[in-house]
Amino acid sequence: MTLIEVRSLSKRFGGLQALSEVSLSLAQGEILGLIGPNGAGKTTLFAAVTGFVRPDGGSVRLDGQEITGLPPHAICRRGLARTFQLVQPFPELSVVENVMVGAFNRTRSAAVARRRALEVLALTRLAPLAGRPAHALSIGLRKRLELARALATEPRVLLLDEVMSGLTPTEVDETVEVIRGIREAGVSIIVIEHVMAAVMGLSDRIAVLHHGELIAAATPAEIVQDRRVIDAYLGEPLAGKRE
Amino acid sequence: MPRTAAWLALLAAAAMVPLVIRSEYVIGTLTLMYFFAFVGQGWNILGGYAGQFSFGHALFFGIGAYTSSLCFLKLGLTPWVGMWLGAAVAVGVGLVTGHLSFRYGLRGAYFALVMLAFAEIFRVAATNWDFVGGSFGILVPLQGHAPRLFQFGDKRYFYYVILAMLLALTWAVARLERSRLGYQMIAIRENEAAADALGINPYRVKLAAMALSAAVTALGGAFYAQYFSYIDPAIGFGPANSIEILLRPIIGGAGTLWGPLLGALLLGLLGEGTRGLVKSYAGLHLMLYGVILMGAVVFLPRGVMGALRSLGVGAAERA
Repeated sequence: MTLIEVRSLSKRFGGLQALSEVSLSLAQGEILGLIGPNGAGKTTLFAAVTGFVRPDGGSVRLDGQEITGLPPHAICRRGLARTFQLVQPFPELSVVENVMVGAFNRTRSAAVARRRALEVLALTRLAPLAGRPAHALSIGLRKRLELARALATEPRVLLLDEVMSGLTPTEVDETVEVIRGIREAGVSIIVIEHVMAAVMGLSDRIAVLHHGELIAAATPAEIVQDRRVIDAYLGEPLAGKRE
Repeated sequence: MPRTAAWLALLAAAAMVPLVIRSEYVIGTLTLMYFFAFVGQGWNILGGYAGQFSFGHALFFGIGAYTSSLCFLKLGLTPWVGMWLGAAVAVGVGLVTGHLSFRYGLRGAYFALVMLAFAEIFRVAATNWDFVGGSFGILVPLQGHAPRLFQFGDKRYFYYVILAMLLALTWAVARLERSRLGYQMIAIRENEAAADALGINPYRVKLAAMALSAAVTALGGAFYAQYFSYIDPAIGFGPANSIEILLRPIIGGAGTLWGPLLGALLLGLLGEGTRGLVKSYAGLHLMLYGVILMGAVVFLPRGVMGALRSLGVGAAERA
Protein backbone atom coordinates (compact mmCIF):
# COMPACT_ATOMS: atom_id res chain seq x y z
CA MET A 1 0.00 0.00 0.00
CA THR A 2 1.28 3.45 -0.90
CA LEU A 3 1.31 5.85 2.04
CA ILE A 4 2.97 8.86 0.47
CA GLU A 5 2.60 9.73 -3.16
CA VAL A 6 4.58 12.70 -4.43
CA ARG A 7 3.71 13.70 -7.99
CA SER A 8 5.68 16.10 -10.21
CA LEU A 9 6.61 18.34 -7.29
CA SER A 10 8.39 21.54 -8.37
CA LYS A 11 9.79 24.48 -6.50
CA ARG A 12 11.78 27.43 -7.73
CA PHE A 13 13.64 29.91 -5.54
CA GLY A 14 14.43 32.91 -7.73
CA GLY A 15 16.76 31.60 -10.42
CA LEU A 16 17.27 28.24 -8.74
CA GLN A 17 15.10 25.27 -9.66
CA ALA A 18 15.25 23.54 -6.26
CA LEU A 19 12.83 20.79 -7.23
CA SER A 20 11.91 19.85 -10.74
CA GLU A 21 9.01 17.47 -11.35
CA VAL A 22 9.99 15.09 -8.56
CA SER A 23 7.79 12.02 -8.21
CA LEU A 24 8.28 9.33 -5.64
CA SER A 25 6.29 7.12 -3.33
CA LEU A 26 6.66 5.52 0.05
CA ALA A 27 5.03 2.21 0.88
CA GLN A 28 3.56 1.26 4.23
CA GLY A 29 6.35 0.03 6.51
CA GLU A 30 9.10 1.07 4.13
CA ILE A 31 12.33 2.94 4.88
CA LEU A 32 13.31 5.10 1.94
CA GLY A 33 16.74 6.70 1.85
CA LEU A 34 17.02 10.09 0.16
CA ILE A 35 20.54 10.97 -0.93
CA GLY A 36 22.28 13.43 -3.17
CA PRO A 37 24.93 16.14 -3.09
CA ASN A 38 24.50 19.29 -1.03
CA GLY A 39 21.99 21.61 -2.66
CA ALA A 40 20.31 18.76 -4.54
CA GLY A 41 16.92 19.69 -3.10
CA LYS A 42 16.52 17.04 -0.39
CA THR A 43 15.60 19.41 2.42
CA THR A 44 13.41 21.45 0.05
CA LEU A 45 11.56 18.25 -0.81
CA PHE A 46 10.90 17.64 2.90
CA ALA A 47 9.82 21.24 3.36
CA ALA A 48 7.44 21.04 0.40
CA VAL A 49 5.96 17.75 1.59
CA THR A 50 5.44 18.96 5.18
CA GLY A 51 3.94 22.35 4.35
CA PHE A 52 6.88 24.60 5.21
CA VAL A 53 7.35 25.55 1.57
CA ARG A 54 4.53 25.94 -0.90
CA PRO A 55 5.38 24.04 -4.08
CA ASP A 56 4.95 25.75 -7.45
CA GLY A 57 3.46 22.66 -8.93
CA GLY A 58 2.68 19.03 -8.28
CA SER A 59 0.91 17.30 -5.44
CA VAL A 60 1.49 15.32 -2.28
CA ARG A 61 -0.92 12.68 -1.05
CA LEU A 62 -0.87 11.05 2.34
CA ASP A 63 -2.78 7.79 2.36
CA GLY A 64 -4.77 8.94 -0.67
CA GLN A 65 -5.62 12.36 0.83
CA GLU A 66 -4.36 15.50 -0.82
CA ILE A 67 -2.19 17.47 1.62
CA THR A 68 -0.48 19.89 -0.76
CA GLY A 69 -0.58 23.44 0.54
CA LEU A 70 -1.80 22.60 4.05
CA PRO A 71 0.02 24.34 6.92
CA PRO A 72 2.64 22.25 8.78
CA HIS A 73 0.55 21.70 11.92
CA ALA A 74 -2.37 20.37 9.88
CA ILE A 75 -0.06 17.95 8.09
CA CYS A 76 1.42 16.80 11.40
CA ARG A 77 -2.06 16.19 12.75
CA ARG A 78 -2.77 13.97 9.74
CA GLY A 79 0.17 11.80 10.70
CA LEU A 80 3.18 13.10 8.81
CA ALA A 81 5.99 14.41 11.03
CA ARG A 82 9.47 15.72 10.26
CA THR A 83 12.71 16.60 11.98
CA PHE A 84 14.90 19.56 11.13
CA GLN A 85 18.43 19.26 9.81
CA LEU A 86 19.37 22.21 12.00
CA VAL A 87 18.00 20.99 15.31
CA GLN A 88 15.26 23.16 16.79
CA PRO A 89 14.79 22.17 20.42
CA PHE A 90 12.78 24.26 22.89
CA PRO A 91 15.86 25.23 24.92
CA GLU A 92 14.09 26.35 28.09
CA LEU A 93 12.15 23.12 28.42
CA SER A 94 13.55 19.85 29.75
CA VAL A 95 14.06 16.85 27.48
CA VAL A 96 10.85 15.15 28.59
CA GLU A 97 8.90 18.40 28.25
CA ASN A 98 10.22 18.84 24.70
CA VAL A 99 8.84 15.42 23.86
CA MET A 100 5.58 16.14 25.70
CA VAL A 101 4.98 19.08 23.35
CA GLY A 102 5.00 16.51 20.54
CA ALA A 103 2.79 14.10 22.47
CA PHE A 104 0.16 16.83 22.96
CA ASN A 105 -0.55 16.35 19.26
CA ARG A 106 -2.67 13.35 20.23
CA THR A 107 -3.89 14.13 23.76
CA ARG A 108 -5.16 17.01 25.85
CA SER A 109 -4.04 15.45 29.14
CA ALA A 110 -0.64 16.44 30.52
CA ALA A 111 -0.44 13.14 32.42
CA VAL A 112 -1.03 11.10 29.26
CA ALA A 113 1.45 13.28 27.34
CA ARG A 114 4.11 12.74 30.01
CA ARG A 115 3.58 8.99 30.00
CA ARG A 116 3.74 8.89 26.22
CA ALA A 117 6.86 11.08 26.26
CA LEU A 118 8.60 8.75 28.69
CA GLU A 119 7.78 5.77 26.46
CA VAL A 120 9.24 7.57 23.47
CA LEU A 121 12.35 8.53 25.46
CA ALA A 122 12.83 4.87 26.36
CA LEU A 123 12.49 3.86 22.70
CA THR A 124 14.97 6.52 21.59
CA ARG A 125 17.34 5.75 24.48
CA LEU A 126 17.09 9.22 25.99
CA ALA A 127 15.29 8.17 29.16
CA PRO A 128 18.23 8.85 31.51
CA LEU A 129 18.30 12.47 30.32
CA ALA A 130 14.57 13.17 30.76
CA GLY A 131 15.06 15.92 33.35
CA ARG A 132 17.92 17.74 31.65
CA PRO A 133 17.27 21.11 30.05
CA ALA A 134 17.34 20.66 26.27
CA HIS A 135 19.98 23.38 25.81
CA ALA A 136 22.44 21.32 27.85
CA LEU A 137 22.47 18.35 25.43
CA SER A 138 25.31 17.60 23.02
CA ILE A 139 24.57 18.00 19.32
CA GLY A 140 24.24 14.24 18.87
CA LEU A 141 21.70 13.95 21.63
CA ARG A 142 19.84 17.01 20.39
CA LYS A 143 19.42 15.22 17.07
CA ARG A 144 18.04 12.24 18.95
CA LEU A 145 15.70 14.57 20.85
CA GLU A 146 14.52 16.01 17.56
CA LEU A 147 13.64 12.48 16.47
CA ALA A 148 11.94 11.66 19.78
CA ARG A 149 9.81 14.78 19.64
CA ALA A 150 8.60 14.04 16.12
CA LEU A 151 7.92 10.43 17.06
CA ALA A 152 5.82 11.53 20.04
CA THR A 153 3.31 13.12 17.67
CA GLU A 154 2.46 9.49 16.74
CA PRO A 155 2.99 9.83 13.01
CA ARG A 156 2.32 7.25 10.34
CA VAL A 157 5.18 8.68 8.33
CA LEU A 158 8.36 10.19 9.69
CA LEU A 159 10.75 12.32 7.63
CA LEU A 160 14.21 12.42 9.17
CA ASP A 161 16.57 15.11 7.93
CA GLU A 162 20.19 14.13 8.61
CA VAL A 163 19.68 12.80 12.11
CA MET A 164 23.05 11.00 11.89
CA SER A 165 25.46 13.52 10.43
CA GLY A 166 27.92 14.85 12.94
CA LEU A 167 27.44 11.90 15.28
CA THR A 168 30.17 9.59 16.55
CA PRO A 169 30.19 6.09 14.99
CA THR A 170 28.70 4.64 18.19
CA GLU A 171 25.92 7.21 18.13
CA VAL A 172 25.26 6.45 14.47
CA ASP A 173 24.89 2.73 15.22
CA GLU A 174 22.57 3.52 18.08
CA THR A 175 20.45 5.83 15.93
CA VAL A 176 20.23 3.16 13.21
CA GLU A 177 18.88 0.75 15.81
CA VAL A 178 16.43 3.36 17.06
CA ILE A 179 15.15 3.97 13.53
CA ARG A 180 14.72 0.24 12.96
CA GLY A 181 12.75 0.09 16.20
CA ILE A 182 10.49 2.88 15.01
CA ARG A 183 9.80 1.04 11.78
CA GLU A 184 9.01 -2.13 13.74
CA ALA A 185 6.42 -0.04 15.59
CA GLY A 186 4.65 0.50 12.25
CA VAL A 187 5.96 3.89 11.16
CA SER A 188 7.09 4.40 7.57
CA ILE A 189 10.21 6.50 7.20
CA ILE A 190 12.10 8.67 4.72
CA VAL A 191 15.67 9.48 5.76
CA ILE A 192 17.89 12.15 4.27
CA GLU A 193 21.42 11.09 5.08
CA HIS A 194 25.03 11.62 4.08
CA VAL A 195 26.38 8.80 6.24
CA MET A 196 26.43 6.26 3.38
CA ALA A 197 27.05 3.06 5.30
CA ALA A 198 24.16 3.81 7.61
CA VAL A 199 21.67 4.82 4.95
CA MET A 200 22.57 1.92 2.65
CA GLY A 201 22.19 -0.57 5.48
CA LEU A 202 18.97 0.90 6.76
CA SER A 203 16.96 1.62 3.62
CA ASP A 204 14.75 -0.69 1.61
CA ARG A 205 15.04 1.66 -1.33
CA ILE A 206 17.18 4.69 -2.11
CA ALA A 207 16.09 7.76 -4.07
CA VAL A 208 18.77 10.06 -5.47
CA LEU A 209 18.27 13.76 -6.09
CA HIS A 210 20.62 15.84 -8.20
CA HIS A 211 20.05 19.50 -9.13
CA GLY A 212 16.44 19.16 -8.02
CA GLU A 213 15.77 16.14 -10.21
CA LEU A 214 15.18 12.57 -9.20
CA ILE A 215 17.89 10.67 -11.07
CA ALA A 216 17.35 7.21 -9.59
CA ALA A 217 15.16 5.25 -7.19
CA ALA A 218 16.06 1.64 -6.57
CA THR A 219 17.41 -0.82 -4.02
CA PRO A 220 20.75 0.06 -2.38
CA ALA A 221 22.49 -2.67 -4.33
CA GLU A 222 21.26 -1.26 -7.62
CA ILE A 223 21.98 2.33 -6.63
CA VAL A 224 25.69 1.74 -6.03
CA GLN A 225 25.95 0.37 -9.57
CA ASP A 226 24.03 3.19 -11.17
CA ARG A 227 26.24 5.13 -13.53
CA ARG A 228 24.45 8.47 -13.08
CA VAL A 229 24.49 8.18 -9.30
CA ILE A 230 28.19 7.36 -9.25
CA ASP A 231 28.96 10.35 -11.45
CA ALA A 232 26.69 12.74 -9.60
CA TYR A 233 27.28 11.78 -6.02
CA LEU A 234 28.91 8.55 -4.90
CA GLY A 235 32.10 8.74 -6.96
CA GLU A 236 34.16 5.71 -7.96
CA PRO A 237 35.84 4.64 -4.70
CA LEU A 238 32.66 3.76 -2.83
CA ALA A 239 31.13 2.12 -5.86
CA GLY A 240 34.34 0.15 -6.29
CA LYS A 241 34.38 -0.92 -2.66
CA ARG A 242 30.88 -2.30 -2.89
CA GLU A 243 31.81 -4.61 -5.78
CA MET B 1 6.42 19.21 52.63
CA PRO B 2 8.48 22.13 53.91
CA ARG B 3 7.85 24.01 50.70
CA THR B 4 4.09 23.86 51.08
CA ALA B 5 4.42 24.82 54.74
CA ALA B 6 6.50 27.84 53.78
CA TRP B 7 3.88 29.00 51.30
CA LEU B 8 1.08 28.51 53.80
CA ALA B 9 3.02 30.52 56.38
CA LEU B 10 3.57 33.32 53.89
CA LEU B 11 -0.09 33.26 52.94
CA ALA B 12 -1.18 33.35 56.57
CA ALA B 13 1.15 36.30 57.14
CA ALA B 14 -0.36 38.13 54.15
CA ALA B 15 -3.85 37.48 55.48
CA MET B 16 -2.87 38.70 58.95
CA VAL B 17 -1.24 41.96 57.89
CA PRO B 18 -4.34 44.19 58.05
CA LEU B 19 -5.27 42.72 61.44
CA VAL B 20 -1.90 43.48 62.93
CA ILE B 21 -0.79 46.60 61.11
CA ARG B 22 -3.09 49.58 61.32
CA SER B 23 -1.07 51.84 59.08
CA GLU B 24 -3.08 52.81 56.02
CA TYR B 25 0.19 53.58 54.32
CA VAL B 26 1.48 50.02 54.65
CA ILE B 27 -1.84 48.49 53.66
CA GLY B 28 -2.09 50.80 50.66
CA THR B 29 1.45 50.01 49.54
CA LEU B 30 0.84 46.26 49.78
CA THR B 31 -2.50 46.58 48.00
CA LEU B 32 -0.82 48.27 45.06
CA MET B 33 1.98 45.71 45.12
CA TYR B 34 -0.55 42.86 44.79
CA PHE B 35 -2.41 44.83 42.18
CA PHE B 36 0.69 45.30 40.03
CA ALA B 37 1.57 41.64 40.48
CA PHE B 38 -1.93 40.80 39.26
CA VAL B 39 -1.89 42.87 36.06
CA GLY B 40 1.77 41.90 35.55
CA GLN B 41 0.73 38.27 35.63
CA GLY B 42 -1.97 39.11 33.08
CA TRP B 43 0.69 40.54 30.76
CA ASN B 44 2.96 37.60 31.54
CA ILE B 45 0.53 35.07 30.04
CA LEU B 46 0.91 36.61 26.60
CA GLY B 47 4.23 38.45 26.85
CA GLY B 48 6.06 35.94 29.04
CA TYR B 49 4.75 32.44 28.43
CA ALA B 50 3.66 32.86 24.82
CA GLY B 51 6.52 35.28 24.07
CA GLN B 52 4.33 37.86 22.31
CA PHE B 53 5.66 41.12 23.68
CA SER B 54 2.76 43.54 24.05
CA PHE B 55 3.58 47.20 24.49
CA GLY B 56 -0.06 48.19 24.78
CA HIS B 57 -1.66 46.21 27.57
CA ALA B 58 -3.18 49.42 28.91
CA LEU B 59 -5.70 48.70 26.15
CA PHE B 60 -7.21 45.88 28.23
CA PHE B 61 -6.66 47.63 31.54
CA GLY B 62 -8.58 50.67 30.31
CA ILE B 63 -11.37 48.55 28.84
CA GLY B 64 -11.81 46.80 32.19
CA ALA B 65 -11.76 50.03 34.16
CA TYR B 66 -14.08 51.89 31.78
CA THR B 67 -16.55 49.05 31.27
CA SER B 68 -17.12 48.38 34.96
CA SER B 69 -17.29 52.11 35.80
CA LEU B 70 -19.64 52.92 32.92
CA CYS B 71 -21.93 49.99 33.66
CA PHE B 72 -22.25 51.28 37.21
CA LEU B 73 -22.60 54.94 36.27
CA LYS B 74 -25.04 54.50 33.39
CA LEU B 75 -26.91 51.33 34.31
CA GLY B 76 -26.41 51.03 38.03
CA LEU B 77 -24.87 47.61 37.49
CA THR B 78 -22.59 46.52 40.32
CA PRO B 79 -18.88 46.48 39.35
CA TRP B 80 -18.75 42.91 40.67
CA VAL B 81 -20.63 42.01 37.49
CA GLY B 82 -19.27 44.89 35.44
CA MET B 83 -15.69 43.70 35.89
CA TRP B 84 -16.57 40.42 34.14
CA LEU B 85 -18.30 42.32 31.34
CA GLY B 86 -15.10 44.35 31.06
CA ALA B 87 -13.11 41.13 30.82
CA ALA B 88 -15.47 39.89 28.09
CA VAL B 89 -15.11 43.11 26.10
CA ALA B 90 -11.33 42.94 26.52
CA VAL B 91 -11.34 39.38 25.19
CA GLY B 92 -13.32 40.54 22.18
CA VAL B 93 -10.95 43.43 21.46
CA GLY B 94 -7.97 41.15 22.14
CA LEU B 95 -9.22 38.64 19.59
CA VAL B 96 -9.54 41.39 16.99
CA THR B 97 -6.07 42.84 17.61
CA GLY B 98 -4.68 39.31 17.89
CA HIS B 99 -6.29 38.21 14.67
CA LEU B 100 -4.97 41.24 12.80
CA SER B 101 -1.46 40.72 14.19
CA PHE B 102 -1.10 36.94 14.20
CA ARG B 103 -3.00 36.20 11.02
CA TYR B 104 -0.37 38.22 9.19
CA GLY B 105 2.51 36.85 11.20
CA LEU B 106 3.50 40.06 13.01
CA ARG B 107 6.20 39.42 15.58
CA GLY B 108 8.54 41.19 17.94
CA ALA B 109 8.67 44.94 17.61
CA TYR B 110 5.88 45.01 15.02
CA PHE B 111 3.43 43.23 17.27
CA ALA B 112 4.47 45.45 20.20
CA LEU B 113 3.79 48.55 18.12
CA VAL B 114 0.42 47.31 16.89
CA MET B 115 -0.64 46.84 20.51
CA LEU B 116 0.61 50.32 21.40
CA ALA B 117 -1.30 51.75 18.45
CA PHE B 118 -4.55 50.09 19.52
CA ALA B 119 -4.18 51.37 23.06
CA GLU B 120 -3.55 54.86 21.69
CA ILE B 121 -6.65 54.64 19.48
CA PHE B 122 -8.71 53.84 22.56
CA ARG B 123 -7.03 56.62 24.55
CA VAL B 124 -7.75 59.23 21.90
CA ALA B 125 -11.29 57.94 21.41
CA ALA B 126 -12.00 58.03 25.14
CA THR B 127 -10.54 61.53 25.37
CA ASN B 128 -12.86 62.81 22.68
CA TRP B 129 -16.04 60.97 23.56
CA ASP B 130 -18.13 62.85 26.07
CA PHE B 131 -20.37 59.86 26.81
CA VAL B 132 -17.42 58.19 28.54
CA GLY B 133 -16.35 61.38 30.31
CA GLY B 134 -13.99 62.80 27.70
CA SER B 135 -10.58 63.91 28.84
CA PHE B 136 -11.81 64.33 32.42
CA GLY B 137 -12.66 60.65 32.74
CA ILE B 138 -15.11 59.04 35.13
CA LEU B 139 -15.60 59.58 38.83
CA VAL B 140 -17.23 56.50 40.29
CA PRO B 141 -20.10 57.87 42.43
CA LEU B 142 -19.35 56.99 46.04
CA GLN B 143 -22.02 55.26 48.09
CA GLY B 144 -20.16 54.98 51.37
CA HIS B 145 -19.53 51.47 52.62
CA ALA B 146 -21.33 49.37 50.01
CA PRO B 147 -19.68 45.97 49.61
CA ARG B 148 -22.27 44.89 47.06
CA LEU B 149 -21.18 47.79 44.85
CA PHE B 150 -17.45 47.03 45.24
CA GLN B 151 -17.10 50.05 47.53
CA PHE B 152 -15.68 49.87 51.00
CA GLY B 153 -15.45 52.31 53.85
CA ASP B 154 -12.16 50.79 54.85
CA LYS B 155 -9.25 50.25 52.47
CA ARG B 156 -8.45 46.97 54.16
CA TYR B 157 -11.34 45.33 52.28
CA PHE B 158 -9.60 46.19 49.02
CA TYR B 159 -6.49 44.57 50.39
CA TYR B 160 -8.35 41.30 50.84
CA VAL B 161 -10.10 41.54 47.49
CA ILE B 162 -6.86 41.97 45.53
CA LEU B 163 -5.11 39.35 47.67
CA ALA B 164 -7.86 36.86 46.80
CA MET B 165 -7.69 37.83 43.12
CA LEU B 166 -3.92 37.41 43.10
CA LEU B 167 -4.11 34.04 44.82
CA ALA B 168 -6.72 32.73 42.41
CA LEU B 169 -4.71 33.99 39.44
CA THR B 170 -1.45 32.53 40.71
CA TRP B 171 -3.17 29.18 41.18
CA ALA B 172 -4.71 29.37 37.71
CA VAL B 173 -1.41 30.30 36.02
CA ALA B 174 0.36 27.49 37.90
CA ARG B 175 -2.22 25.15 36.39
CA LEU B 176 -1.85 26.74 32.97
CA GLU B 177 1.92 26.27 33.12
CA ARG B 178 1.45 22.50 33.42
CA SER B 179 -1.33 22.19 30.85
CA ARG B 180 -1.35 21.45 27.14
CA LEU B 181 -2.04 25.08 26.29
CA GLY B 182 0.76 26.23 28.60
CA TYR B 183 3.32 23.96 26.97
CA GLN B 184 2.12 24.95 23.54
CA MET B 185 2.50 28.64 24.42
CA ILE B 186 6.06 28.05 25.63
CA ALA B 187 6.85 25.97 22.55
CA ILE B 188 5.73 28.80 20.29
CA ARG B 189 7.84 31.29 22.23
CA GLU B 190 10.89 29.04 22.07
CA ASN B 191 10.60 28.06 18.42
CA GLU B 192 7.56 28.71 16.34
CA ALA B 193 8.58 26.63 13.31
CA ALA B 194 9.34 23.60 15.47
CA ALA B 195 6.03 24.02 17.30
CA ASP B 196 4.20 24.19 13.97
CA ALA B 197 5.96 21.00 12.83
CA LEU B 198 4.69 19.24 15.97
CA GLY B 199 1.05 19.89 15.19
CA ILE B 200 0.62 23.17 17.08
CA ASN B 201 -1.36 25.89 15.32
CA PRO B 202 0.57 29.03 16.33
CA TYR B 203 -2.27 31.36 15.37
CA ARG B 204 -4.80 29.65 17.61
CA VAL B 205 -2.48 29.26 20.57
CA LYS B 206 -1.46 32.93 20.40
CA LEU B 207 -5.10 33.97 20.24
CA ALA B 208 -5.88 31.84 23.29
CA ALA B 209 -2.99 33.45 25.18
CA MET B 210 -4.21 36.88 24.08
CA ALA B 211 -7.74 36.16 25.31
CA LEU B 212 -6.60 34.96 28.75
CA SER B 213 -4.14 37.82 29.09
CA ALA B 214 -6.73 40.42 28.08
CA ALA B 215 -9.34 39.08 30.50
CA VAL B 216 -6.96 39.12 33.48
CA THR B 217 -5.63 42.59 32.72
CA ALA B 218 -9.18 43.93 32.38
CA LEU B 219 -10.15 42.50 35.78
CA GLY B 220 -7.14 44.32 37.20
CA GLY B 221 -8.31 47.53 35.51
CA ALA B 222 -11.76 47.19 37.05
CA PHE B 223 -10.21 46.74 40.48
CA TYR B 224 -8.11 49.87 39.95
CA ALA B 225 -11.14 51.98 39.03
CA GLN B 226 -12.96 50.84 42.16
CA TYR B 227 -9.96 51.31 44.39
CA PHE B 228 -9.34 54.90 43.30
CA SER B 229 -12.99 55.58 42.32
CA TYR B 230 -11.60 57.25 39.26
CA ILE B 231 -10.41 56.51 35.75
CA ASP B 232 -9.34 58.78 32.91
CA PRO B 233 -8.05 58.13 29.37
CA ALA B 234 -4.35 58.58 30.19
CA ILE B 235 -4.42 56.46 33.35
CA GLY B 236 -6.50 53.81 31.63
CA PHE B 237 -5.13 53.58 28.10
CA GLY B 238 -1.92 55.63 28.21
CA PRO B 239 1.52 54.31 27.28
CA ALA B 240 2.82 55.00 30.80
CA ASN B 241 0.30 52.48 32.08
CA SER B 242 1.38 49.93 29.46
CA ILE B 243 4.92 50.31 30.75
CA GLU B 244 3.83 49.96 34.39
CA ILE B 245 2.07 46.71 33.47
CA LEU B 246 5.00 45.05 31.71
CA LEU B 247 7.79 46.39 33.92
CA ARG B 248 7.31 44.04 36.87
CA PRO B 249 7.09 40.73 35.03
CA ILE B 250 10.14 41.67 32.97
CA ILE B 251 12.21 42.61 36.00
CA GLY B 252 10.98 39.61 37.98
CA GLY B 253 11.31 37.16 35.10
CA ALA B 254 8.95 36.93 32.12
CA GLY B 255 7.46 33.54 31.48
CA THR B 256 7.85 32.38 35.07
CA LEU B 257 5.07 31.98 37.61
CA TRP B 258 6.78 34.03 40.33
CA GLY B 259 8.35 36.66 38.08
CA PRO B 260 5.48 39.19 38.23
CA LEU B 261 5.15 38.78 42.00
CA LEU B 262 8.86 39.14 42.59
CA GLY B 263 9.02 42.14 40.26
CA ALA B 264 6.09 43.78 42.05
CA LEU B 265 7.75 43.19 45.41
CA LEU B 266 11.12 44.60 44.32
CA LEU B 267 9.69 47.61 42.54
CA GLY B 268 7.25 48.24 45.37
CA LEU B 269 10.03 48.30 47.94
CA LEU B 270 12.17 50.44 45.70
CA GLY B 271 9.32 52.84 44.99
CA GLU B 272 8.60 53.32 48.67
CA GLY B 273 12.27 53.58 49.50
CA THR B 274 12.82 56.41 47.08
CA ARG B 275 9.44 58.09 47.60
CA GLY B 276 10.84 60.91 49.71
CA LEU B 277 13.53 61.45 47.13
CA VAL B 278 11.14 61.53 44.24
CA LYS B 279 8.10 63.27 45.69
CA SER B 280 9.02 66.80 44.77
CA TYR B 281 9.85 66.04 41.14
CA ALA B 282 6.86 64.84 39.15
CA GLY B 283 7.80 62.17 36.62
CA LEU B 284 11.11 61.36 38.25
CA HIS B 285 9.83 57.90 39.16
CA LEU B 286 9.34 57.20 35.44
CA MET B 287 12.96 58.07 34.78
CA LEU B 288 13.91 55.80 37.64
CA TYR B 289 11.84 53.00 36.08
CA GLY B 290 13.63 53.60 32.81
CA VAL B 291 16.99 53.18 34.47
CA ILE B 292 15.84 50.04 36.30
CA LEU B 293 14.42 48.57 33.12
CA MET B 294 17.67 49.20 31.26
CA GLY B 295 19.63 47.69 34.11
CA ALA B 296 17.37 44.65 34.20
CA VAL B 297 17.61 44.11 30.45
CA VAL B 298 21.40 44.44 30.47
CA PHE B 299 22.26 42.58 33.65
CA LEU B 300 19.28 40.26 34.14
CA PRO B 301 18.08 39.43 30.64
CA ARG B 302 15.78 36.77 32.03
CA GLY B 303 14.73 38.66 35.10
CA VAL B 304 15.43 37.95 38.72
CA MET B 305 13.90 34.48 38.38
CA GLY B 306 16.25 33.71 35.49
CA ALA B 307 19.22 34.82 37.58
CA LEU B 308 18.07 32.72 40.53
CA ARG B 309 17.57 29.73 38.28
CA SER B 310 21.01 29.95 36.76
CA LEU B 311 22.40 30.12 40.29
CA GLY B 312 20.87 26.69 40.74
CA VAL B 313 17.93 27.69 42.91
CA GLY B 314 14.95 25.78 41.64
CA ALA B 315 17.03 24.03 39.01
CA ALA B 316 15.32 20.77 39.86
CA GLU B 317 11.81 22.11 39.64
CA ARG B 318 11.45 21.59 35.91
CA ALA B 319 12.72 18.02 36.05
